[in-house]
This record gives sequence, structure tokens and C-alpha cells, in this order.
Amino acid sequence: MLPAPSSEVNVVLGGEAGHGLQTVGLVLARAAVAGGLHVMVVNEFMSRIRGGSNSTCLRISPQPVRAFSDRVDCCVLFDRDALDRLSGRCTAATLLVGDPEVFGQRPDIQPLPLRELGVRAGGALLANSVVCGFLVRLLGWEMTPLAAALHRTFGEGDILAQNLEAARSGWEAGAADHGRFALPTRPAPTGQRLLLDGSQSVALGALAGGCTFVSSYPMSPATGVLIHLAKQAEAHGLVVEQAEDEISAVNMGLGAWYAGAQALVTTSGGGFDLMAEGMSLCGAIESPLVVHLAQRPGPGTGLPTRTEQGDLEIARYAGHGEFPRAILAPGSPEEAFACTAHAFAMADASQSPVIVLTDQYLLDSLCDLDPLPLPAAPPTARIVATAPDYRRYAPGPDGISPRGIPGHGAGLVCADSDEHDEEGRITEEFEVRTAMVDKRLAKYRPLREELALPPRLHGPADYRRLLIAWGSTGPAIVEALARVPLERTALLHCVQVYPLPASLDQYLRGAERIIVIENNATGQFARLLRGETGCVIADQWLKYNGLPFSVEDIAALLRKEEQR
Amino acid sequence: MSAHSWIRRGCDVAWCPGCGNHGILKLVGETLAELALDPQRTVLVSGIGQAAKLPQYCNAHYFNGLHGRALPPATAIKASNPGLTVIAESGDGDMYGEGGNHFLHCIRRNPDLTNIVHNNMVYGLTKGQASPTSQRGFVTPLQVGGVILEPFNPLAVAIALGASFVARVYVGQAEHARTVLRAAIRHHGYALVDVLQPCVTFNKHNTYPWFAAHTAPLPEDHDPTDRIQAFARACEEEPLRLGIFYRQEKPVFEEQLAAYAGDRRPLYERRVDLAKLAETMDAMG
Ligand SMILES: Cc1ncc(C[n+]2csc(CCOP(=O)(O)OP(=O)(O)O)c2C)c(N)n1
Ligand code: SF4
Ligand SMILES: [Mg+2]
Repeated sequence: MLPAPSSEVNVVLGGEAGHGLQTVGLVLARAAVAGGLHVMVVNEFMSRIRGGSNSTCLRISPQPVRAFSDRVDCCVLFDRDALDRLSGRCTAATLLVGDPEVFGQRPDIQPLPLRELGVRAGGALLANSVVCGFLVRLLGWEMTPLAAALHRTFGEGDILAQNLEAARSGWEAGAADHGRFALPTRPAPTGQRLLLDGSQSVALGALAGGCTFVSSYPMSPATGVLIHLAKQAEAHGLVVEQAEDEISAVNMGLGAWYAGAQALVTTSGGGFDLMAEGMSLCGAIESPLVVHLAQRPGPGTGLPTRTEQGDLEIARYAGHGEFPRAILAPGSPEEAFACTAHAFAMADASQSPVIVLTDQYLLDSLCDLDPLPLPAAPPTARIVATAPDYRRYAPGPDGISPRGIPGHGAGLVCADSDEHDEEGRITEEFEVRTAMVDKRLAKYRPLREELALPPRLHGPADYRRLLIAWGSTGPAIVEALARVPLERTALLHCVQVYPLPASLDQYLRGAERIIVIENNATGQFARLLRGETGCVIADQWLKYNGLPFSVEDIAALLRKEEQR
Repeated sequence: MSAHSWIRRGCDVAWCPGCGNHGILKLVGETLAELALDPQRTVLVSGIGQAAKLPQYCNAHYFNGLHGRALPPATAIKASNPGLTVIAESGDGDMYGEGGNHFLHCIRRNPDLTNIVHNNMVYGLTKGQASPTSQRGFVTPLQVGGVILEPFNPLAVAIALGASFVARVYVGQAEHARTVLRAAIRHHGYALVDVLQPCVTFNKHNTYPWFAAHTAPLPEDHDPTDRIQAFARACEEEPLRLGIFYRQEKPVFEEQLAAYAGDRRPLYERRVDLAKLAETMDAMG
């Protein structure tokens, strides 16, 4: 008889870079989806190509999962270092699994002859599929969902056959523990179910938003977006160029928008620092621009493969002078898609830079989701055919200058980083200067109002205690609140973090005790909220060791808050 | 049909009387007229400096961006709409100093654009500091003991990188300069035209008479397809040779982009194919 079904199962795989942990994670996630379940895969790695100690965590559940959990039910150790690094996360209830060739016979480690079974199936690398088979058995599953996942991953042919054989040998090796973490499969969903990470969601959002040009310089964790888009260059007709540096990348992006393309640049903090002057140019020439800023912990090179929300202020302030911009911070793959697509519309409509602010945790985590909603019609940029007397910076009816591009119409399109008159010619007239500054800054209004993405309230509308979060921390808080429901407490999740949407104010007014939760050390969003609204922030919950908040982290903070 | 007047009349020109920039503006205006380019399809891109003000005085589209950053937007403009004629133009400080990295990599990329560099061997706009091409010993308010750095040799660098068209002209030899610039704009690929230009206010050393005395045309038997010979002549310092040092046909950046493999339309005419995007999403997920 199987043990009682679990509500969810958390599996951690630990090993060095080069072991292919991410592939194991992907195959198991595909198997979970094929088995009608939900899954989230969180990858955590050191900044090295070989060696080190990395881990991949899978959370499998009958409910949708969108947050990271500390709980470990089963931990598969691919090498000795993994034990040292992961033992702190394991409890007495955790099943440790390892190769007796590595660990010998130890009472605390369930032996699984990984290497031997892999070699028997055709090679040591096949140990990965042995692990998959073994784990599937622990969940009490037949081979079917895993076979489908391997098929999806390896196509047809010898490689598939070897992986299937390896998986079966792992499945058979798990006979004694069949269903130890029983999580019954369910009928596979009827509609298509996607399995996407944040990088893929941002890339798809860019395409849905009408992106036709990408210029960037590689930097973790922003490179994934660049790579996903590079693969689509021919199919979707977009120009993708690896620039010589980030300064070039952002200036290329601006040149592309000037010529009628819709450009994206993707970068991380250090690269974005180099783009500061380009941001300012963007403001001066009133160009649209979409920047994907993928945060990792700084300062300096920091922790290149870890996560943090430490770059909100640089996103807010980068670039000299005063000019409008918007910052969107998605909290899930669905939001990453929607925000990136919206960023193109927003940038185009406001002729301003729009920054999509993500982080390593969001970008490298994989979830199953419904197909992402595509617009009914392809978005079109607001480009006008110019008349012979066209003046690039003459205000239109709504104050924003209709945007012409060279070669489309009969006028000249003159863009100038010097202060300029309506025609785009250098000027030092004080009245013209004042009028141009006012015209540019007036674009803040639509960014706050009709173009804004409103915050989302989770919890009772009559809250007294209001938790405020932005970006990727949202889902862990939502889940923790479900576990530790505090009285009259809600979460306000902000997707548009700058400028604060006009609709934000009403939420703050209803709150008696505001707590801001951020994945950084100094509370950057709290500072922004206080500065812009004058609200009183009673407490801040901060984490900045390079890891995301887990559901348990937040649940513990909620319990403490309950005791207050 | 009356010919397009490339040079704007009645602007408040910010250059000193006698500055070589006036000659370069005339040179550019006349060459564009001779080539009968369509002003609707011609874009001037510049950075910041005295030289970089040139587009302000033209009847053409322009993108007057940041100091040192003319080449990246110029490349992107060409890549976004290959039907446009793109001319990137700025001073020696802008192109070879602040924008040096873009200069190197633009040559490697080889977009079909013309790169005009006003080489006055000084920073004009910021009032007379040394530029990358200032000669050793050149005394400035900042280099008070004279320049001690080796001057940057743009032609030798460009030839070493395999640039597809490399030339030097002197603004004082207008006829010759026009012929070379015409060839550069017509050239299919990246074309560097380094234009020697006296700055009458801040460079009292490299004056009109100095340039007249220290420049000479390339020898008649110069073979611009011979890279080694071109490199050797680019390294000569006395006299500074004028003419087309090197040219070769090689693949052009924008023509190799996957975006144009099955679709010649400029990017602004394209819309996302939603059915195809749905397929992409399925395949990714
Ligand atoms: C990022 C930045 N640094 C410095 C400057 C100041 N600046 C403007 S033009 C210039 C140098 C001009 O020299 P050059 O490019 O040779 O042009 P010229 O004025 O001689 O034609 C400098 C240093 C600037 N505008 N931007
Ligand atoms: S400062 Fe020199 S380069 Fe500038 S306009 Fe005067 S003479 Fe020409
Ligand atoms: Mg100069």
C-alpha cells in the first residue's frame, strides 16, 4: 500500500557545474506536466563553468507553484560537495540519495548505483536519466510521463533509447521505495501547457510587443533573453547584434528606434551602469527604448549568478538631467511576458525609456503555465508619415510630438542631444529650453495614468496591515499569507515601481501599518514610496544574501509579526 | 526639377572664421549634390564636438547623439533600414578617442556607411586639449609640457583591421577630397575618410601652410588592393599621404543578418506574425 499522498514534493539535486542538473530538472518538470501536475524548478548555481556546487530544486504539486520553498523531501547528491552544501537544508525527514561508489555504505544515504547503471545503459552521462527514473518511482508513478518527457527532450533515435533504458533501470532500482512520496498523477491537461523560465517569458513578451531589434552585450543573468531572441532572428525577422560594449548596445538601440525599429537592450547592473549616458540621450531625443535590466547582487561584480533587488535606484536615477522613464518589475513568468510586451507600447506611446526590471531568480526559474495570451492584432508603432514641414519636436494634440522616421514621408527628421527647438536644431534660447523641459516632463502623466500597470491587492480589501512588495518577491508572500493568515492583512504587489501609478495612493490611505518586503539591504522601494507619497513605513523585511525569499522565510516573519 | 540644396542657408554657424570645418561642410554638400542622393533617404549621424555640428547646417535627416557614439546608432540605422544612405561624421577626439572601441568594431562589422572624421589634431569644442592624433610635443593648456603619447594612426589601424575602404584627404585640396569622398560614399561597405582640417584657433602648429607642406598625394603607382603596401604608406609620417590607401570588397554587415534572409523590408514595415509566435511559444515551452 502506498503512503498517504503528499500535498507537494520537493526534490533537490546537487552536483557540480557540468553535471547537467538543469537538464534533469527540465526532464522531471516535463514529466510532472505530462503527469497532470504543476511544477516549479529553481536553479541555483555558482559562477563557474566547471566544478563548484550547484543545485536544482523541483517543487511538484497538484496546485500551481510559483514560489521557492526551503523544504526538501528528497535530495539527490551527485558528488560529495553537494552533501556539505545541502545538508543544512535537509532535515531528519529528508531522504538522501547517493552513489555508493562516492559515499560508500552509509546508513543516512540511500544507495543508488548511478554511475554503474548509467554505464550499463551506454555511458556515465546517462546517470541523469537513471535519477529521473528513480525519482519518478518514489512519486509512485509508472514510466509513462517520464517516457513522454524524455521523448520531448531527446527526440527519436539511439540517444532516446539509451535514456529510456537508463530511466527504466533507475525506476527498477527504486522498487523498494515505490510511492514513498506519493503524489498521484492526474489526467494530463487537455490544452497545451507551457514550461517556461523567466528569460523565455521576457523574450516572448518582447516578440509579442513588436520587438524587431536587439543589441546587447552578454552579462549574467541577462544573456538568456539575448540568446532566446537570437534563435528567433530569422523566423521573426529581427536584427540581433552582440555589441562591442553596453555603451554601443544602448546607442544602437536608440539608432534603431530612430530608424523605425522597436529595439530592446538586455543587460545586468554593471552593463546598465555603462548605459547611463545613453538613457539620458534617450530622454533628450525623446526616443522610445526598452531596456531589460536583470538584477544580480552588486556592488562591483558582486555575485554574478545570484539574485537581488538591488538596482531599483540605478534604474530610477541612471542618466544625468531630468526626463521621464518607467520601470516595470514582473513577479512571475506571466507578468514577465505581459510587462515586456507592454513596455514596448508604453515606450512608444510616451517616447521614453521603459525598463523591465527582473532578477536572476525570476529569469532562471521554470514554471508550467497556460499558453501566454497573445494580442488580437499585431501591435503597431505610432509612426507618422512626415509632411514637408515636419518638425520632430513640435507638440501634438496630446502634447507628445508625433514621431516620424527617415525615409517615410516628405519631411526631415532631426534628432538632437543638445537642447533643441521644435525642428531639432541646437538652441540656447531660455524660453525654448523651459518649454522643452516642460514638454518632456509632461510625459510623466500618461506614464502614471493611462499607460500605467496598476498594483495588485492580494487579500481582504478592509486590511489594516499592508505588506508591500515588488517584482519577484510577490508569489512567496502570497503563498506564505495563505499558510499564516494574519488578521486583516493584505499584500499589495507593485508591478510598475516607477513612476508610482496614480491608483497606488488609494491603497496606501487604507493602511494602518505598512511593511515593505524587498530582496535588498537598504529598502530601495520603501525609500521611493516614502519620498513620493510621504507614507509612513512601519517595518521593512529585507534579505540580501544572494538568495530569494522562500515561502518559509516569509511565513516565519509573518508569525513574528503575529506575536507583536 | 531644381537640385536639392544640401547646405542650409541662414543658419547661425558656430565655427570660427577660417576654420577647416567650413570647407568640409562645402565638400560634403557638393559631393551629396554630385551623387544626386535622395535627401529623404540620406541620414547624417554625428557625435559631439565642433565637427559634429555639421549636420545642423545641412538639409538632411540627422541623429546628433553623444560624444564618441556616432557609429553605433549609424550602424543600427543602416541595419534597421538598409535602403538609407548613412554618413557618420565627427571629430578626431570623438571617433578615435571617446568612441575608439566603436571605431574598431564598426570596421570589423563592415556596415555600408561612410565614416568622415574631421582630423584637426586637437579638441576644438573643449578649447584646445590634445586629441588622440595630436603630434608629440604639441603644447596645450592641459599638456603643458607637450604631448608625450604616440599619436593614434587611424589609417594604419583601419588597414590592420581589414577595413573595406580607407582614405585620407586634406580639406585644402578640395577637388581631390571631393573625388575621394564620392568614391567613399559609393563604396559598398564601411568607408573611412580621415579629413585633415586646420583648427585656426586651438592648433597653431598644424596650420594651412603646415598641411600644405607636409602632405602629398599617394604615388601614382599606389595599388589600393595591396594591403601591405597600403599599411606601409599609412605608417609614413613625412609627408602624410593623401588618397585612397586601401579598398576591398567584403561581406556587408546588414546584408548578412538573418532578419533580411527571406525579407527585404525595412524593420519599420514589419509586424509580428502572431500565428508564428504561437508556434514559437509552443516550441519553447
Ligand atoms: C561624455 C563626454 N565627455 C566629454 C565631453 C566634452 N567634449 C565635447 S566635444 C569634446 C572633444 C571635441 O574634440 P573632437 O571630437 O576632436 O571635435 P572638434 O571639436 O575638434 O571638432 C569633448 C571632450 C562630452 N560632450 N561628453
Ligand atoms: S575651434 Fe577650431 S575646430 Fe572649432 S570652429 Fe574654431 S577653428 Fe574650427
Ligand atoms: Mg578635433
